[in-house]
Amino acid sequence: MGTTDTRLDLLRGSLPTRNHNARTVAALAANPGCARRGVMDAAGIDKTVLAARLGQATAYGQSPFAIVRGHAFEALVKADGGAGLRELLHDVLGVPPEAVADGEYAELGGELPEDAEQDKKRPGREERVARTRSALRRALEDARPGLCAILDHPLLPLDVSGTRAYLEPDAMACLIAGRLHVVEIKSFSVIDGGADPAKLASAARQAAVYVLALQQTMAELGHPPDVVSTDVVLVCPKDFSNQPTAALLDIRKELAVTRRRLARLARVDDLLAPLPAGLSFDLGEEAAPQAVADAVAAVPAAYIPGCLSTCELAYFCRAEARACQSGHGPGGLAGTLGTAIRGELGGIDDIGRALDLADGKCAPERGEEEIARVLRRAEALRREVLDDVAARRSAGLAGAVAAS
Amino acid sequence: MNAGAMQPGSDAAAEQGQDQDPGKAAGRVTAAVLADLASGRHRGVVVDSPPGAGKSTLVVRAAAEIAGRGDRLMIVAQTNNQVDDLLLRLAEEHPGLVLGRLSAADYRPGEELAATPVQIAGKAADLDGCEIVVSTAAKWALVDDRRWAWAIVDEAYQMRSDALLLVARLFDRALFVGDPGQLDPFATVDAAQWHGLTYDPSQSAVAVLRRHNPDLPVHRLPVSWRLPATAAPLVSEAFYPFTPFRSGTGRRDRALGFEPGRKCDPYDQVVDIAAESGWGMLELPSGFTLPSDDETVRTVAELAARVLARRGTAVSERGENALDAARIAVGVSHREQRSRVEAALVRLNGEIPGARDIVVDTANRLQGREFDVTVFLHPLSGRRDATAFHLETGRLCVLASRHRHACLVVARAGIPELLDAHPSAEPVHLGLPVSFPDGWEANQAVLGTLADNRVQL
Amino acid sequence: MSAVTALGRLRAAATGYAQPAATVRHRHLSDRPLVFVPYAMAGEAFAPLAALIGDDPDAPHLFVVPQPRDRQRRFAHVAELARILVPYLTEHLSSTETVERRNDEAYERALDAPQVIVPSRGGIEYLHLLGRSTRFRRTEGEYAVHPDVPLMGRWCTYLADRARMPGSSVLLALTDLLTQTWSTGQSDLENGELAALMGWVDPERGRTGAETARDAEGAPPAGPATAPEFDEKLAPLIAAYDTAERAENSRAAARAEERIRDLLGVELMPTWHRVWRGLELMRELPPGASVAGRWETDRMSYSLFAADLDSPDSRPQPRIPGAVAAAQQLSRREQAQSRLDTEQLRDDPLLMAEARLSGQAFRGRVAAVEADRMVTEPGKKQARPRPLLVVRTTDEPLLLRETELECVERPKARAKLIAVADGPDGTREVRIELTGGMGRGKTPEEGSIPEEGELLCWTVAASGFRGGPKWPSPEETPWTHGGPPEPRKELQEGEVRQPDEEELAAAEEPWV
Repeated sequence: MGTTDTRLDLLRGSLPTRNHNARTVAALAANPGCARRGVMDAAGIDKTVLAARLGQATAYGQSPFAIVRGHAFEALVKADGGAGLRELLHDVLGVPPEAVADGEYAELGGELPEDAEQDKKRPGREERVARTRSALRRALEDARPGLCAILDHPLLPLDVSGTRAYLEPDAMACLIAGRLHVVEIKSFSVIDGGADPAKLASAARQAAVYVLALQQTMAELGHPPDVVSTDVVLVCPKDFSNQPTAALLDIRKELAVTRRRLARLARVDDLLAPLPAGLSFDLGEEAAPQAVADAVAAVPAAYIPGCLSTCELAYFCRAEARACQSGHGPGGLAGTLGTAIRGELGGIDDIGRALDLADGKCAPERGEEEIARVLRRAEALRREVLDDVAARRSAGLAGAVAAS
Repeated sequence: MNAGAMQPGSDAAAEQGQDQDPGKAAGRVTAAVLADLASGRHRGVVVDSPPGAGKSTLVVRAAAEIAGRGDRLMIVAQTNNQVDDLLLRLAEEHPGLVLGRLSAADYRPGEELAATPVQIAGKAADLDGCEIVVSTAAKWALVDDRRWAWAIVDEAYQMRSDALLLVARLFDRALFVGDPGQLDPFATVDAAQWHGLTYDPSQSAVAVLRRHNPDLPVHRLPVSWRLPATAAPLVSEAFYPFTPFRSGTGRRDRALGFEPGRKCDPYDQVVDIAAESGWGMLELPSGFTLPSDDETVRTVAELAARVLARRGTAVSERGENALDAARIAVGVSHREQRSRVEAALVRLNGEIPGARDIVVDTANRLQGREFDVTVFLHPLSGRRDATAFHLETGRLCVLASRHRHACLVVARAGIPELLDAHPSAEPVHLGLPVSFPDGWEANQAVLGTLADNRVQL
Repeated sequence: MSAVTALGRLRAAATGYAQPAATVRHRHLSDRPLVFVPYAMAGEAFAPLAALIGDDPDAPHLFVVPQPRDRQRRFAHVAELARILVPYLTEHLSSTETVERRNDEAYERALDAPQVIVPSRGGIEYLHLLGRSTRFRRTEGEYAVHPDVPLMGRWCTYLADRARMPGSSVLLALTDLLTQTWSTGQSDLENGELAALMGWVDPERGRTGAETARDAEGAPPAGPATAPEFDEKLAPLIAAYDTAERAENSRAAARAEERIRDLLGVELMPTWHRVWRGLELMRELPPGASVAGRWETDRMSYSLFAADLDSPDSRPQPRIPGAVAAAQQLSRREQAQSRLDTEQLRDDPLLMAEARLSGQAFRGRVAAVEADRMVTEPGKKQARPRPLLVVRTTDEPLLLRETELECVERPKARAKLIAVADGPDGTREVRIELTGGMGRGKTPEEGSIPEEGELLCWTVAASGFRGGPKWPSPEETPWTHGGPPEPRKELQEGEVRQPDEEELAAAEEPWV
C-alpha cells in the first residue's frame, strides 16, 4: 500500500502540481463532502491540466479589463509608501491620524507568478517567508505609539495536510498596541455602504486563511495568536469612483470554518484507503480521455451545481453525474439539479429510480416506503391537474372553432 | 440567534461576580436593573435572559415598581397568550393594581382571565384609568394620541425592529427584556437590501435599539431556574458562549424517578439514562428520509408516550409532582411533523391513556414555554443536506432548553457526517454584525453530550 | 420545493424536455414591451459598454461606448438610452381614469403602464446602478449633463425598486418568467443563464432540450457581464480606438468605433432574439385570473410615481432609505408577497396540487349537505345559518379543527373545518361548516350553498388584506431608531428646490 505520500505521488505522477493558495484553501469549504476534490487537493494536482486531458477544458479566465483595473486600484492604494492606506486605517480603525502616520513600509517581494521557476533575480519563496518573519519581528519589537508598519506582499506559510502552502496577502498593517491587521484590497465597489454579498463572502473566506497563517507565524515567533485581529480591513473603490474606502470585516466565523476544514483534511488516508492500488491520474499527455476518465472515476465525487463556480473539474463531474444510471431510466443523479431537490427525495439519488417509484414501476426498498408513497401521490396529482388543463384547453379550442 | 446581542457587557460582567449562592447572584442583578429603572438616567434598559432565568418574574416586579411610583406603564408582548399569561401573574401577585388589556374586537378572554378584575377594551381611551395596560405589539401599533411614561417590551429579541418603530412613539422610557439565544425574527421577503443599515427593519428590536443607543445599560440574568444542573452548562456553552449562565439548582435538588420499565427495550433504556443524566438520545439507523418520515415520527411519539407510561415522579425545589401529560412536550421543526406526531399520539392513546394530551409543537411556538421532560426530533435527522433553516442555532437552543428535568432526542445516525459535508458559503453583508455562535459549533457541542447518552434502536 | 415541482424537474432531466411548472402565466405581459439587453465593462463598478434596446423585435437600437472609462462617452450613452426610454416610459400617462380612494384624494390612473424586459436578473441590477449613477447628476454648471440623464435615472430607479415588489410586472427578467413557468433538467444556477434556459424551453428541431441547452453553454452570455474570452477580443479594439483618439485621428477613431460596434452587435444579437422568442412562448399561456388585478396595482404605482416627478417638491430617490422608509418598504413587500402567494395558489391548480400534497388543501366532491342547519354562536343572540358539508377526497388534509377555509371554485364561500374521518375506498371525508358567503339574511342566499356532487377545492383562508399600519413620519422617528433625520427646508411658493447635501455629494461623485 505504501505511505500516504507515496500514494499521492503515484496518483499525481508527472502531472503539474499546484500549490495551495488562499483561494484554494478557502474553496475547501465549498464542497467538503467531495472525496475526489479532497484527493486531488491533497496530491496537489493542477486540476486545470487534468480537466484538459479529460477533454473538458474550461474557461476559468478573468477579463483583461478586470485584471487591469485590479492592478491599478491596488497600486493606487499603496502609492507613496502607503500614505493613502494609512489615512484609511486611521478612519476605519478609529485611531488618531498620528497613530498610523509613520512607520516602516516594507516591500517584501513583489508579484511572483504562481509556481514560477526559481529566478536568480527574484527572491525564492522561503527567502520571502524569512524576510516576512524578520519584518514582522522588527515591527512588533518596534511597536510603540505612533508607529504603524505596513508590510507589502508578505509571504506566509501554512501547513495544508502536510504540505506547505504559501499565501500572499495584499498587505498587512502592524498597529498600535502591537495588533496586526490583515488588509485586503479588492477592486469590487462599495456603493452606498453595501457590496455584493457573494464577493464579500469570498473576500472574507480568503482573509480568514491569511489570518490563520499569520496566527501560526506569530505563534512561531512566540506571540499569542490574538495579536492578529479577526477584524480584517477591506479596501475597495467607493461608489463609482476610484477613491478607496475601507470597511472592517469580522471574519471569526470564516476563521472557525477554515480551521475545521484544515483539521479534517488530515483524513486523506481515509479517502485513499478504498482506492485501487496503483491508481494514477497521470496516463500521459496522449492518453485517451476515456482512460483518464476511468481513472478519475475511481474516486467518488459529490457533484453539486455550486461546483461549477469553484472547481475546474466540475463540468466533467457534471457530465458523469448526469450520465449515472442504476438500471432504471436515464436522468442521472438528483444532485445535478441542486441540493434543495434532494430534500424532497429522501435518500433516493437516482432520477430514473425516483421516477420509476413515482410511476409505480418498481417497488420501494425498506425505508423507502414513505418517499415512494409521496412520489406516487405527487405524480397522481400532477397527472390529474395537467390532464384536466389539457382537456379544458382542447375543449376551449374546439368551442372557439365551433363559434367561428 | 441574535447578532450583536451577546457581547459581554461591562455592567453584566461586574454583576456576574463570583457569588456562590445563585439566589444572591440573581438578586443582585435584579436589584441593579430596578436601580437603573429608578435612577432616571437612562431612556432604556436592556435585560438579557437565558432560558428560564426568571424573565417573567422580573417583568412583574419591575411593572409593580414602576406603577408603584405613579408612572403609567404599557407592556408590549408578542402574542396574545403572552399577554394573558402576564396579566394573570400581575393580577395574582399584585391584586391592588388596576390592570387593562387592549384587545382586538373578536378577542374572548379565557376563563381564568375572565375571573380577574382585568379591564378589557378595544380602545386605549377606555383604559385610561388603568395603571398598567398590556397588549400585543400589533395592537399597540394601532394606538394613537396616548403616551405612557414607561414601557416594558417583553420578548424583545423575538420582536422585529419595524414593530418597535411602530410603538416607540407611545413611551418615553422602556425596559427591554428577552432571550437573545432563541429564534430570531424573520422576514418573508429578501431583506438583504437593508442589511448593514443601523435600523435594518428585519433585525431584532434590541439589535437596532443598541446600535443607536450603545450606552444603554445591559444586564444579564445569571441563573437559569428552569434548566437543571445537567443542562445549564451545555446550553450555556453551546448557545451563550460569550455570556455564560448557570443553573440555580444543584444536581441533588432535582430528581426524576420512573417506575421500572417492563419491556427493557431501547425506549426504556434511554428513558432511564435521561432520568439519571438529564440527556438521552435514541438513535435510529442512518438513512436519508423526508421530514415526515414515518419511522422517525412513530419513534418520537412512542418515546414520548413511554415517558408518560413509565409514570414518572419529578422532585424539585418546588416539591414533588407526578409526570403527567401536561408536563411532557414534543418539539419538532416543521408543521407537518407536528401533525403527524399528534396523529401518532392519538393512536397510542388507547394503549397509553393520556398520550394524546402530550403537547406537540414546533420550535417557534415552544419559545418561552417550560416542561418537566421534553422529547425533540433533531432538526438535522435524516437530512441529505443541512440548510440554514435546519442549522439555525436558535431552533436547536429552543428545543434543548425547555425542560426542568430531562431532554430526550430522537435522530437518525449520521448527523456529524452531515455537518462535515456541509458547504459553508453564507453571504456576507457590510455593517451587519456577525451572529454567534455558529450553527455548526453549537450542533457539535450538543451532539457531543448526546453521544455519551445514546441508545441505538 | 415540493415533490410536485421536484417531479417536474426529474421528468425534465429524464426526458430531456422541459416540463410545466405552472398552468397559467402569473405575470402581466404588455402588448408592446420594451426589451433592454445591456452589457457592462468587467472590473468597473458600473461602466456601460453596449445595449440593445427597443420595442420592435426586428429593429433594435444598438448603442455602444467605444471607451467605457471615458466619463463624457458614458453620459452621452445614457442620453442616447434616454431618448428611447423616457418617451416609452411616459407615453402611457396621457390616457387615464379617475380613481376614488377611501382615505385619500382621488387620483388619475394610467390605463396602461410601461413594461421593460431584461434577459436575466443581472439586467435588473444594471438598471438599479444606472439609476443610482445618474439620478443625482446636475444639468447646469460644471459637468452638466443632458436634462434627460437625471430624469431617466429616476425612472430607472423606480423600475428597479418596483421590480423588488413581489408580483409586480413593470420590470421583469425573462429568466424569472421562464423558470416560473417551466421546469428544466438543470439547476437554478444554470437556469440563470438565458441561453441554456431557452435551450430547454425551446429546443432546436431534432434535438432535445438538454442537448440544445448544453450546446448553448458556449453562447455569448446574456449580460450585463461579458465573457472573459470576448473581452480578450474586445481589448485590442478599444486600445486601437484610444490610440486613434490620442492621435486625434478621427477617421481611424471612427473606424475603430465601427469595429467595436460590430463586435458587440454580433455578441448581443442572439440574446435579443432569445428574449423575443421567450416572450412569444410566454404569451401562449393564458394569464392567471388575478394577473390583471396585480397589473392594476402596477398602473397605480406608475401613475403615482409620474405624478410625484411632476411635483415641484419632487426629489431624487435617496441613496439610502431612512428608518421609517425602510420599515415601510419591508412591510409593503411582505404584504405583496402574501397576496401574491395566495393569488397564485388560487389561479394555478398545479401550485394548488402542492398544497394538497402537503395537506394544506383538499379537493373532492360534496358527498352530503345539511343546508338548513342553524347555530347560535357563543356571545351571539341569534342563530345563524351554518350549513354542514361533507367533502369526500382522495387527498390527505392535515388541518387542525376550526381551521378557516376558502374555496377556489366559490371564492365568496368561507367555512370552518369540523373533522376529518376515513371514508369508503381509502378516501377521507371532511366535515366542514359554511360560515360565510351566504348573504346577510336569516336564510342563505339562493345558490350560495354548494350542492351534492360539486367538485370543490378548499384551502386555508388567507388572512384578509389588512390596511397597513400607521407609520410615523420621518420627523417622528423615535429615539430607539436614531431619532429624526435632519429637517428638510419648507419650500416657499414658486421657489425651486435646491439639492440637499447628500444629493450634492452624489452629484459630484467622479464617475471614472
